[in-house]
Amino acid sequence: MAIEPTILEMRTITKEFPGVKALDRVSLSVKAGEIHSICGENGAGKSTLMKVLSGVYPYGTYEGEIVYQGEVSRFKDIRSSEAAGIVIIHQELALIPELSITENIFLGNEPRRFGTINWVEAKRLAIDLLARVGLEDDPDTQIKNLGVGKQQLVEIAKALNKSVKLLILDEPTAALNQADSQHLLDLILGLKGRGIASIMISHKLNEIEQISDSITILRDGKTIETLDVKIDGVNEDRIIRGMVGRTLENRFPDRNSDIGEVFFEVKNWTVQHPLTSERMVVKNSSFTVRRGEVVGFAGLMGAGRTELAMSLFGRSYGTFISGQVFKDGKEIQLRNVSEAIDHGIAYVSEDRKALGLNLLDDIQDSVVAAKLSKISRGQVIDKVAEHHVAEKYRKSLRIKTPTVQEGVNKLSGGNQQKVVLAKWMFTDPDLLILDEPTRGIDVGAKTEIYGIIRDLAAQGKGVIMISSELPELLGVSDRIYTIFEGTITNNLTADEADPETLLKSMTSAKKKVTQP
Amino acid sequence: MSAPRVEPKKSGGIRDLGKMFGAGQSSGRQIGILGALVVIIVFFQIATGGLTLDPINLINLVNQNAYVLILAIGMVMVIIAGHIDLSVGSVAAFTGIIVAISMQSWHFPPALAILFGLVVGAIIGAWQGFWVAYVGVPAFIVTLAGMLIFRGGNQFVGSSQSIPVPDAFAFIGNGFIGDFGPNTNYSNGTLILGLLVAIAVIWQEIRSRRTQSKMGSDKAPVWVSIVKLVILEAVVIYATLLFAGGRVGTSYPISGIILGVLVLLYSFITRNTTFGRHIYAVGGNWHAAELSGVKIRRINFLVMMNMSILAALAGMIAVGRSVASGPGDGVGWELDAIAAVFIGGAAVSGGIGTIVGSIVGGLVIAVLNNGLQLLGVGVDRVQIIKGLVLLIAVGVDVYSKKQGRPSIIGRFTRSRDINAALDRPDITPTNSAEETSRPPATTPN
Repeated sequence: MAIEPTILEMRTITKEFPGVKALDRVSLSVKAGEIHSICGENGAGKSTLMKVLSGVYPYGTYEGEIVYQGEVSRFKDIRSSEAAGIVIIHQELALIPELSITENIFLGNEPRRFGTINWVEAKRLAIDLLARVGLEDDPDTQIKNLGVGKQQLVEIAKALNKSVKLLILDEPTAALNQADSQHLLDLILGLKGRGIASIMISHKLNEIEQISDSITILRDGKTIETLDVKIDGVNEDRIIRGMVGRTLENRFPDRNSDIGEVFFEVKNWTVQHPLTSERMVVKNSSFTVRRGEVVGFAGLMGAGRTELAMSLFGRSYGTFISGQVFKDGKEIQLRNVSEAIDHGIAYVSEDRKALGLNLLDDIQDSVVAAKLSKISRGQVIDKVAEHHVAEKYRKSLRIKTPTVQEGVNKLSGGNQQKVVLAKWMFTDPDLLILDEPTRGIDVGAKTEIYGIIRDLAAQGKGVIMISSELPELLGVSDRIYTIFEGTITNNLTADEADPETLLKSMTSAKKKVTQP
Repeated sequence: MSAPRVEPKKSGGIRDLGKMFGAGQSSGRQIGILGALVVIIVFFQIATGGLTLDPINLINLVNQNAYVLILAIGMVMVIIAGHIDLSVGSVAAFTGIIVAISMQSWHFPPALAILFGLVVGAIIGAWQGFWVAYVGVPAFIVTLAGMLIFRGGNQFVGSSQSIPVPDAFAFIGNGFIGDFGPNTNYSNGTLILGLLVAIAVIWQEIRSRRTQSKMGSDKAPVWVSIVKLVILEAVVIYATLLFAGGRVGTSYPISGIILGVLVLLYSFITRNTTFGRHIYAVGGNWHAAELSGVKIRRINFLVMMNMSILAALAGMIAVGRSVASGPGDGVGWELDAIAAVFIGGAAVSGGIGTIVGSIVGGLVIAVLNNGLQLLGVGVDRVQIIKGLVLLIAVGVDVYSKKQGRPSIIGRFTRSRDINAALDRPDITPTNSAEETSRPPATTPN
């Protein structure tokens, strides 16, 4: 047998966005018929790399070259990469819920006869494809009636119909339970047996270890190393070391030492997914926050961090099932957002454009938006007071803008985030929940935001910081909870926490649950 | 004789003029449409040989359009909140006939009948608001249903007949400010109204300068204010003399006074109250509004309800004008009101729009209608022209936004001294404690 041929070779791929180098001379080599995993922290460049490969970022918008099946490829869109047999399955599935399995599989690719769709042929093919992915449902079933696991299989059937040669799976098991995940992994192994190569992006290191032939690790937009599972003796610890092996720069402010008493406590918080009634996104979670303390929440995307925060903040997410909230020893009710604000809770959303700001507003309108009553007499807004409030925050948070009458849509991401922070500081909160407070903003602004967070803590407020960036969690938090599949799996002080421990607790439920 | 052109004199002055509409990202667009209105008026004045700005025509213009402009006030609030109301014409007609019956059959005195009409409007509004806000049916559907329901309701209740109303009631639709005192060849009542408006304009300018200095923002130079006041006062005096100098027995219409009061009231509500602010918040980004504690259902409910109350009022004024309520009242009004709002700078996606802008937009349509009629252009061609004006007005706006500038006029209104305020390295972030450091105390009210 000859040396395994290479199906894909990405050479020195560089992709720049305004101000950010997302990929810096990244190389990736995938052998025919292997399962190749790509690992890296959020923001390491995994998804960008896959978008370059699948033509979402067309040829010409990146540097470097893609050699696929021995030829240099210049994909100009997803269609052209699919025509070549590269199919990507995104984390958010691209199926249409109201259409049947058959209709979805053949969407945009319908078998035709005399210019009309040949549904008899389509159904025959669909049954065949479903058998290959091990799905026994009627092909006329609507997608909305299938669970996420089965939907994932339909996606793969759809890919098989396009005679896929290289399958890319982005976090395929993120939303699946144990059994569905295992079935999917078996299927990927089965495809490998039939000569289909797969690239898998996953945070679940145990799964990667289980099925991969080789692993490429990315960090900060660069290729760190490619490991051959058989030769290098890979295990989870080895992968984590590659992923986080960076020295922390001194970009975090000093912690303050005077942390007060526990003033905020959540007990047995359970929340149901808004649409799927059997799925609990937060399970029986309990935690505490002390005055002057920054509490980090670490977890993978979809682990339930945002869901936990938003469900606490006036039941803004999912269906409340059970749980109690105590503040200063007394149980409080947070049935809607105004009650939460009145109880001194603020929530800075992870998506400032969609959930945090009205982009049509100017800065001063935005700053006072969550507590208009503070600058109003009766119903009438005191515009002079409003202006002075906005001016004060412009100075104290150093929001870079000519005037506070400027539209927030004209500000940079970092300055928009400061406006959102100002908006919530203006509500006089005791507890601030910051969800990915530094997402999508540059390093300089990040450091300023850390400073603001520490200032807030120094004023005796409690801060909950949800973040996907472990260095920032480790650098700013006094204590860190880890959350995995809706359950709090660990509770570590700043001294106890290190990236390896955190990643382990974030990726499996086996760790001991320490309750404070 | 060539049409005089409207030239921006100084950017500061134009920018300041923009504050008449309330500062905001759409103000440039509204100055543009105000300029268009002036151009249209001047064009028709010349084309009709002075008939447009003739007292009789002008009084007629106000009388004929007051109720559509009242609808535009409610409509712009609905559209800012991200909805639409197609039912206003039918609601106006339905309320009109109920009110006419209340006076004819139940012998309600006119004042009580008007109150009754407003209550009917409120109940209809609560009905539609309930479906929009609490059930979550899109306003387009709810009000399309309302359009059918209340049109049918009008014809059912009135047996498709016209019902006359007494003169005392008709006063709100066809009455004028009374005349009294010495004979001046002008309507004295209208002269006094003009004087009051002239004083209010000066007072408003002084107040806005005072507010600006309280805010510590850079005031426009005094001469800008003076030039602005001279222009405004000239317009006020000219209009007063026109309205006061009509045929004997006519002067400024009562419906115009109702309109004026409503414009002031609703401008204040949308610009200076928490309710008004919440309407913009819901329309701009309702997710963010909800996460800021805005009770979006209540806002949606109130906005829909308010629209129907104003539709009821508009319906009664129209009934007064024609001294009878009929089965064909209010047909197509919703489209005029919606067109006025969009010509006046509101965004289809919600979150943007002003009362004054919508009134100016409504006046553009009104003057076009009127001028073309004076020129003897048929209804067919008038409709074609109105349609094109709507399309072009919004098209220019959309195009300008895609080019990344607020509007063509907006380029002149951009602030000159942006750079001076940028970058203040002298300010350190450590003084952020001022207000937030004090122990948490929720401010009352």
